[in-house]
Amino acid sequence: MISELSIALVLLPLLGFLFLGLFGARLKNEKIIGFLGSAAVGISFILALFIFAQMAAAGPEQRKYTVNLFTWFSAFTGSPGGLSISAAYQIDQLSILLTLIVTGVGFLIHIYSIGYMHGDPGFWRFFAYMNLFIFTMLNLVLADNFVLMFLGWEGVGLCSYLLIGFWYEKKPAGDAAKKAFIVNRIGDIGFLLGMFLIFAAFGSLNFDTVFAGASSVSRNNSTMLWICLLLFLGATGKSAQIPLFVWLPDAMAGPTPVSALIHAATMVTAGVYMIARCSILYAAAPAALTVVAVVGAATAIFAATIGLVQNDIKKILAYSTISQLGYMFLALGVAAFSAGIFHLMTHAFFKALLFLGSGAVIHAMHEEQDIQKMGGLKKYLPVTYRTFLIGAIAISGIPPLAGFFSKDEILWKTATGDQGSWLLWFVGLLGAILTAFYMFRLVTLTFEGEPRFDEHRLHPHEAPKTMTVPLIILAGLSIAGGWIGIPHANALEHWLDPVFAPAQMKLLASESGSTGLEIILMIVSVSAAAAGIYAARRLYLQYPGKERAAAKRFPVLYRILSQKYYIDEIYDAVVVKPIASISEKILWKGIDKGAIDGSVNGAASFISSCAQLLRKVQNGVAQFYAVMFVGGILFILTWLLFR
Amino acid sequence: MIPLQYYLIVSAVMFVIGAVGVITRRNALVVFMAIELMLNSVNLTLVGFSAFLGDASGQILVFFVMTVAAAEAAIGLAIIIALFRKKLTVNLDEINILKW
Amino acid sequence: MISASLLSMTIFLPLAAAAVILLFIPKENVLFVKYAGLGGTFITFFFSLFLYFGYDSAAGGFQFHQKIQWIPNLDISYHIGIDGLSLLLILLTTFLTPLALLGTWNSIQVRIKEYTIMVLLLEVGMLGVFASLDLFLFYIFWEAMLIPMYFIIGLWGGPNRIYAAVKFFIYTLSGSLLMLVAILSLGYFASTLPQGHYTSNLLELYRIAPMIPPDWQMWMFLAFGLSFAIKVPLWPFHTWLPDAHVEAPTAGSVLLAGVLLKMGTYGFIRFNIPLFTDAALRAVPYVCTLAVIGILYGALVAMVQTDIKKLVAYSSVSHMGFVVLGIFSMTEEGMQGAVIQMINHGLSTGALFLLVGMIYDRTHTRLISDYGGVAKLMPVFAACFLIVSLSSIGLPGLNGFIGEFMILFGAFQSPFLGTHAYTVFAALGIILSAVYMLWMYQRVMVGPVRQNALYGGHHLNDLSRREICVLVPVLIFIVWIGVYPKTFLRLSAPLAKQTIERVESIKMGEKINFTELRNVR
Repeated sequence: MISELSIALVLLPLLGFLFLGLFGARLKNEKIIGFLGSAAVGISFILALFIFAQMAAAGPEQRKYTVNLFTWFSAFTGSPGGLSISAAYQIDQLSILLTLIVTGVGFLIHIYSIGYMHGDPGFWRFFAYMNLFIFTMLNLVLADNFVLMFLGWEGVGLCSYLLIGFWYEKKPAGDAAKKAFIVNRIGDIGFLLGMFLIFAAFGSLNFDTVFAGASSVSRNNSTMLWICLLLFLGATGKSAQIPLFVWLPDAMAGPTPVSALIHAATMVTAGVYMIARCSILYAAAPAALTVVAVVGAATAIFAATIGLVQNDIKKILAYSTISQLGYMFLALGVAAFSAGIFHLMTHAFFKALLFLGSGAVIHAMHEEQDIQKMGGLKKYLPVTYRTFLIGAIAISGIPPLAGFFSKDEILWKTATGDQGSWLLWFVGLLGAILTAFYMFRLVTLTFEGEPRFDEHRLHPHEAPKTMTVPLIILAGLSIAGGWIGIPHANALEHWLDPVFAPAQMKLLASESGSTGLEIILMIVSVSAAAAGIYAARRLYLQYPGKERAAAKRFPVLYRILSQKYYIDEIYDAVVVKPIASISEKILWKGIDKGAIDGSVNGAASFISSCAQLLRKVQNGVAQFYAVMFVGGILFILTWLLFR
Repeated sequence: MIPLQYYLIVSAVMFVIGAVGVITRRNALVVFMAIELMLNSVNLTLVGFSAFLGDASGQILVFFVMTVAAAEAAIGLAIIIALFRKKLTVNLDEINILKW
Repeated sequence: MISASLLSMTIFLPLAAAAVILLFIPKENVLFVKYAGLGGTFITFFFSLFLYFGYDSAAGGFQFHQKIQWIPNLDISYHIGIDGLSLLLILLTTFLTPLALLGTWNSIQVRIKEYTIMVLLLEVGMLGVFASLDLFLFYIFWEAMLIPMYFIIGLWGGPNRIYAAVKFFIYTLSGSLLMLVAILSLGYFASTLPQGHYTSNLLELYRIAPMIPPDWQMWMFLAFGLSFAIKVPLWPFHTWLPDAHVEAPTAGSVLLAGVLLKMGTYGFIRFNIPLFTDAALRAVPYVCTLAVIGILYGALVAMVQTDIKKLVAYSSVSHMGFVVLGIFSMTEEGMQGAVIQMINHGLSTGALFLLVGMIYDRTHTRLISDYGGVAKLMPVFAACFLIVSLSSIGLPGLNGFIGEFMILFGAFQSPFLGTHAYTVFAALGIILSAVYMLWMYQRVMVGPVRQNALYGGHHLNDLSRREICVLVPVLIFIVWIGVYPKTFLRLSAPLAKQTIERVESIKMGEKINFTELRNVR
């Protein structure tokens, strides 16, 4: 029963994609297209809920199902120990959770898109791509082996490419799409090589076999370290961590629902999911966990500082996403796997909410994205304002909203876990202050104060129902979503425990902090967030000109931050330009045309110049030939006579 | 009986005269006649050896050569006439189209 | 018996079609000529399907044997037969040829009769190469196929066609002459054995070849190898390829990239490795180094091309480097990956050339900088182009991934390579393939519609029904191989297994079980 359901669950979005992709252009009716696209995902969500209910009803030991479809590929030589990859799905506590998030949030965003994409000539194309995305994302999440996961992994990359470049007539959209795909590919190579190493170490690419093998492997061996680092390289690409985060801010060139679904809620968290899935591998290589934690913490604070001075509403949210993903990696790095997944879930709610809210704002402002040209929108967009505010409070970590519980869990584990340290905790706390600050800078500049646009020319209006209803639902989830992870009654951790228990056992993890310390830390982090909020509101409500003054005061710092530390420029100068010019000047013009073709053509022209010499002999005068005859005969005769 | 050497000497002289004629003369007709001279010098050798060895096959071969020479004369003269029609000359220096 | 001569019928059917066109159809009747050519190739495809269904893949080995004495003194015979690898490549050939003709229905305007005949003759040569089991016969087909290709490039090509045609011809010929020497010396070696006699029978030679002294084997390996390396083309023997591709008419490019290049890698699998296993093992690091250089070099140079066809041509260098790497990883996965990648490359690069040809017919320019925003004007074309590009850069779910993954996997796990460096560098080629394909797609398809004199005056109509009919079969196979490659992999599996077992037994220094290798009587 569950296996049929799960196949249907995965295939429905694929069918939606195929139908819309092939016939969508002929279906002129937006309502039908929107209905079909959303229904494919919505039914998937209902199926996922059903499976989840069945799993919850079953005992903890029976909560794992494997559905084998067919052998995807192998050498088919029948030799033992060879490569054999199945198209098979594995449903367990972790993957069903992710499936619920993907289809649930995905469904809401599909509904929202019906309103947002209204009137776009590529309406059908949009829904086809979105359905394809859900399909590939489900493959990523539900795969029971690394290769099928890789199919999902690159598949979501493709959908991201297609959707970022959705408005392909605009050059920036196309460029951003290409950049996203290529940067992701760099990470994917890490994933690919990691898979090869895994096969070399365990003789299989099936999750069960590999993880069973990993639980008995010795800790700190270098193969495991390499495997983990390579997989993490893949994760940095997909989840936009240092050093491969550069594609995500540019990816905002896509339609806003895409940013919400792919670049906030689901796809970018694939790296987090992958590492959580491979927790046992990382447990065998604690050094790799440290790398994950450090990169995560560094990204969290690095992206947050950039977010402080951006003016594009979507860019701010993009940097915020990078920063929050950093938190998730920090959690994974300190072996708080379920905390990482918890934050993944709450983040999916509130960041999808924030992006959709920003979409409503952009819609109302007629495609204006600069928050310096907004202000005072709360009276025009009451629903959007309230839901956006809820999202902002949630992400800042104010109780009892969702973000508080997950972020607090991460900080607590960072401070007290075996893999954690107080330094990482401090970085995390600093990041929390910055997060609160830039989020409320965004809220204040956008919705409050005096309008900074021409109110007579521009009449912002609230979004239609298809857009506001998803906002309200997501706002509800952003409030209540954290309650499944209340400390000491942590239902989520309990649910996920069977998945992460082997890793925790391997790490011999122990809880060291006391409840008292936990409460103190909680107070510290909440007051830090409150301080950030207060500072932002005070600065931008009461002293609106202060930011510019500060920018004048520290011009270098301001420029570095607003230009994103010049990372793009550095990559361009260090990597892109040299490769292009070496390829063109040295490889193509130098070696190919010069050396290789030069010697080929040189050989030909050498022979032809020899021939030029010889053809002089052939002057066409028959008598000259006769002279040559006679001369030859005389020569031979003399030689015969006098040798 | 005339010794064999006499025949051979006469034949060699004739052959050299013919060869020099072929090489040095410019008129195609004269060159043609020089070639005939060379052929006949060879015929003389054949006949001389045939008499010397008492074997008739040399004499028979001469008939062959003469037949071939007759055929050659026909074709050769035809070629020369054709050339003359085309180029209005039989001067070999001006006929150098035998090249690439 | 029909089954005995079915293979021969398949091979020579295009020849019969060519003869019919030559003798009975007046050249003024252009449409009839075209239909006859297309019909001939279609019937050939139909016949090759009989081969596919008649081939017993479980049994493996060479089937559809036919052997007719030809020069008995030298034991040269008309000996043909196919195994899974040959079958796959024959299917690829018979599949691509009608598509190439149909895809360039209106592109060729002059001497259509001669053109059709040349394409048919080319098909005969290609089919013969894949079916020959006699080295002498193989050599004849190998050379025979050069001639129509030479004329196709030289008569119907672009402005610089004579240079390209001659370069193609001389390059290939200089390699294959060395191969002829090696074929002769193989036969000679057979005659020096006690009670031996001169032979060019491949199955006989499989048995004899391991006895060749190592030095001699190395020279023969190099002679065969050079010929195949030029055809593949392996770096640095590739410079004929960009010129030939750029100048050739679309059908020529399609068949050149789709089938002719596979002859090189086919030769490596069929001749070099089983005949000169010892030498092949010694050559592994060198060949693989060249292959990896080719992968990276081809990709980097493709990246900076300004001509779309040249870009695709250099990408072929990169992709074929993968195939050679897979073959010389000497693992079952690598070998199987190489076989499937040969098919993949034939499909995707063939389709790319078809697509480039389609837009060239409309605009008469191949310069990337002349394009921009084509997707807006030709959405169906852009969609097809994107799918084929994605297949070419190895997106999972499409065919390219299966091949590249198995090749890299084989290279990584290979006990013969000794280091992972080959795989790591080859994997970089995957990144670069995304760079050059997407960048090109970007500049040609995406962005604002470019208005300029070059194609502003032409009508950019979207694909016609005929063009869609050409592309859809290719797209079907691109997805099919990506999702369910077993259909194709199982055909070549026995060969891969046998070859690797042979390699491993040679490495162990064991005696080979010859009866297995010649399960034909």
